[in-house]
Amino acid sequence: MKRPEPVQVIKQRRDTALGKLVAGVPYIAWLGIGFERKGDELTATLPFSDKLIGNPMLPAIHGGVTAAFLEATATMELAWQLLWAEVESKRINPDEMTPETMPRLPKTIDFTVDYLRPGLPRDAYARARVVRSGRRYASVQVETWQDNRGKLFAAATGHFLMPARDE
Amino acid sequence: MSGDDSEDPKARIARQFIEAIPHSRELGMRLEEIGGGFAVISMPWDERLVGDPRTGVIHGGAVSALMDTCCGAAVISAEKTPRVTATLDLRIDYMRPATPGQRIVARATCYHVTRSVAFVRATAHDDDTDTPVATAAGAFTASSGEERTRSSEAVS
Repeated sequence: MKRPEPVQVIKQRRDTALGKLVAGVPYIAWLGIGFERKGDELTATLPFSDKLIGNPMLPAIHGGVTAAFLEATATMELAWQLLWAEVESKRINPDEMTPETMPRLPKTIDFTVDYLRPGLPRDAYARARVVRSGRRYASVQVETWQDNRGKLFAAATGHFLMPARDE
Repeated sequence: MSGDDSEDPKARIARQFIEAIPHSRELGMRLEEIGGGFAVISMPWDERLVGDPRTGVIHGGAVSALMDTCCGAAVISAEKTPRVTATLDLRIDYMRPATPGQRIVARATCYHVTRSVAFVRATAHDDDTDTPVATAAGAFTASSGEERTRSSEAVS
């Protein structure tokens, strides 16, 4: 019987793939969004900073930032699921992945955000759930919260155009 | 950009409010026109906002921020609304990628206001004014906003 790969090798391969995927999007870096991985599950973090403020009187996070954070989380979740399959099946070696050979990102068709509470001047977290992912279209739901996981401050649903597989 | 003397007081206050938003300033947004429930805001292309480096196209999230700001501006400049508002929901449809290097211009109309809700539509274009880059539709608060800002969550 073949010995299983050492856990560090597997972890490093997955983390390299995720790191390169996230680093490929300048806007995600500019907003300061980071992604944490547990197995294939992703949690996005948006650290608070003054440039994210929409209402200086409260102060509250800009509604556009909330939308951007949710959309970035949804897009990354979809892209990560595609990349995960490629990396796990060894069709892609993350160490050799360059911006040119990286799988293309899904494109947003529409995105609807429900604003449930003001975004406080604190870090925010988000997780996305792919409701349906077909060959061409995908539907994704995404939620964001701050101090309490049960108290969402916004939620969104969106449709995405998946990248053509042979591109 | 400062308003001229002919601008009505409500539009002037709305202008001051919009121009003081830190995130909008950070994105280089410029208020081109405001008043009577209508607002025009533009945003320059910027490499920091790119979503796909292979094409240089701006991330949808930055377009969302522009749309949200423009819709909010239209709401607070409308006749019957309070001076502050918050987004209840906003839907954005992306028609085509914005051309890299070109300014994106959003136009929002607050087309109906009730005692508690303002309804808004918006369109965004780049230099090609025939086909929109994106359209938006949303609902915003139009009550005094006390119950939102004074909630225990907001101050805790």
